Amino acid sequence: MLKQKTLEQTKAAARRNKGGRSAAFYNNPEIRALGYQLLLVLGLGYFFYSVISNVLANMEATGIKTGFGFLTASAGYDVLMSLIPFEATDTYGRIFIVGFLNTILVSVIGIFFATVLGFIFGVAHFSHNWLIRKVAVLYVEIFRNIPLLLQVFFWYFAVLATLPSARQSLSLGEAIFLNVRGLYVPKMVGSDLFWVAEVALAVAIAGIFVLRRWAKRRQALTGQIFPVFYTSIAMVIGLPVAALLLTGLPFTVEYPELRGFNYFGGITIIPELMALAIALSVYTGSFIAEAVRAGVQSIPQGQTEAARSLGLSEKRIMSLIIVPQAMRVIVPLLNSEYQSLVKNSTLAAAIGYPDLFNVFVGTALNQTGQAIETIFMTIVVYFIVNMVISFLMNRLNNAVALVSR
Amino acid sequence: MSAVKSSSGAEDIIVIENLNKWYGNFHVLRDINLRVKKGERIVICGPSGSGKSTTIRCINRLEEFQEGSLVVDGVEMINDVKNIETIRKDVGMVFQHFNLFPHLTILENLTLGPIWVQKKPKAEAEATAMQYLERVKIPDQADKYPGQLSGGQQQRVAIARSLCMNPNIMLFDEPTSALDPEMIKEVLDVMVELAQEGMTMLCVTHEMGFAKKVADRVIFMDAGQIVEENEPNEFFNNPQNERTKLFLSQILNH
Ligand SMILES: Nc1ncnc2c1ncn2[C@@H]1O[C@H](COP(=O)(O)OP(=O)(O)O)[C@@H](O)[C@H]1O
Ligand SMILES: [Mg+2]
Repeated sequence: MLKQKTLEQTKAAARRNKGGRSAAFYNNPEIRALGYQLLLVLGLGYFFYSVISNVLANMEATGIKTGFGFLTASAGYDVLMSLIPFEATDTYGRIFIVGFLNTILVSVIGIFFATVLGFIFGVAHFSHNWLIRKVAVLYVEIFRNIPLLLQVFFWYFAVLATLPSARQSLSLGEAIFLNVRGLYVPKMVGSDLFWVAEVALAVAIAGIFVLRRWAKRRQALTGQIFPVFYTSIAMVIGLPVAALLLTGLPFTVEYPELRGFNYFGGITIIPELMALAIALSVYTGSFIAEAVRAGVQSIPQGQTEAARSLGLSEKRIMSLIIVPQAMRVIVPLLNSEYQSLVKNSTLAAAIGYPDLFNVFVGTALNQTGQAIETIFMTIVVYFIVNMVISFLMNRLNNAVALVSR
Repeated sequence: MSAVKSSSGAEDIIVIENLNKWYGNFHVLRDINLRVKKGERIVICGPSGSGKSTTIRCINRLEEFQEGSLVVDGVEMINDVKNIETIRKDVGMVFQHFNLFPHLTILENLTLGPIWVQKKPKAEAEATAMQYLERVKIPDQADKYPGQLSGGQQQRVAIARSLCMNPNIMLFDEPTSALDPEMIKEVLDVMVELAQEGMTMLCVTHEMGFAKKVADRVIFMDAGQIVEENEPNEFFNNPQNERTKLFLSQILNH
């Protein structure tokens, strides 16, 4: 509205200036526009000031504490799952961190699997196999059209809650166990020389970048093509394994064990995390599949034909022609899907997964009554996380963007 | 069907025998027989939908066919990836809509094939590419992107891109149909020059001036068949088949 007005007024000013008549300053459209905006900002500022001061005054009147002092107070309640050590006597500040880490955990898992599912089903749409194509369409249509909360409940109550009890666990090779209490997987516990393998992995990952540059240089000079992709995979797996073998396998594997009514040891993945991660992955994956489909479909058939007529193999056509062009369409869509996933992870509250929203805006707010502080802190976290996603995806977008069209 | 001109087999760079193709139940190519000698320039014309594109697209396997045989430069077209890629390296193709790669610069468009198919060093591929850009008279556009060029310039880049692969045969599918009239000449000039250098060419085009100037033979297709073929003078001045006459009267009068 404001913008439009400015434009009209600019035009009016241009007309007036042609007439050569000088106008009073309050008739100058730019000064006017600035005036309106100033009024708007002042108005909004006054609105928020009065709301907040009103609330604070009311709180003080009813004896509610304000300020961030509560962060150092003992919370007095335990959380279902924590990535850092936590006890009920720990502070609200620590609860905030626990919730934050849990939100990041489920978001990272969700983004990873949603991307994998999305690309698999998005590409499956173009399969020559009728059945695979139909499955891809079905996947998208089903999971895109059911409310996410319903899907969270489905995985939590209809699937995971109906699993057998610990004693009747489903097991894979007597190492991985799945029951109504969660998923139990073995844990690798490193001893003295385990760091050598960790260093080897780091070296392998750094080596990929060196290898890529070397292969590119060599190809430019000699024309020879080096199989970078397969060599990279071999390095990432091979180097750490070689390091483990050379240092005499310096680790033990801790298997989950049935003691009484439950499994102990290893890594436990609670059903709340599983249900939320599965629901977020599958739901967001269906949108990503559509983005991938749109990206691939945006490339005219003529591109493939021109590449084929040059004698390029189907594999090279994919990596040199199709993917780089499809990514231009896919990346901006991925950005918004990833942001949605992070926001949607607050549905954790519905099944009791202790994410930031649940433990902080849920329990902490309830116990302290400090709505403004807890909600404000939580808003800032989601805001920053999504800004970071945007920043990273924009960098990726710049890398794939078409210079000119 | 007119008789195929007999020629000694050794010189034939393309031999198509009794080629038949169907799209589902639709019989799109019917008993195509065609022999092309090395260095021969052939123009294919005919009404829209008559199967001209489909015919030349069979030659580099952008389309499959169900019956008959096709031998390109001594290599038989069979259902084998290596065979197909061998033939494609030997056959260049220019499309109606240019089909340049929009995410690559002009120079990168030209060096893509030499680098990834012929495995040439980058500097060598770029030097060759610049030579061909000189030949199509746009060396100054090397670092631009396709979207920044006019249609005529894009089509000349597309021709140069094919030539960088050093093909023995060039296929053109209506290379000037998508161009504004003032750009048609600049593309045809490049094609005429190429013809004069002895390139084996098959051109689907309705540019009759071009056909008269460079074609050794003109082929007329209708309803999936080769209806008539002759050297250009006879073809234009003395068409035999009724359908050819009708077609020529339509394109010459419009
Ligand atoms: N992929 C396809 N599926 C079904 N029919 C097709 C396909 N491609 C072309 N055709 C049909 O085959 C016929 C010949 O097409 P085409 O070779 O492109 O004709 P031309 O190039 O002579 O205009 C047309 O009737 C066209 O509709
Ligand atoms: Mg055509």
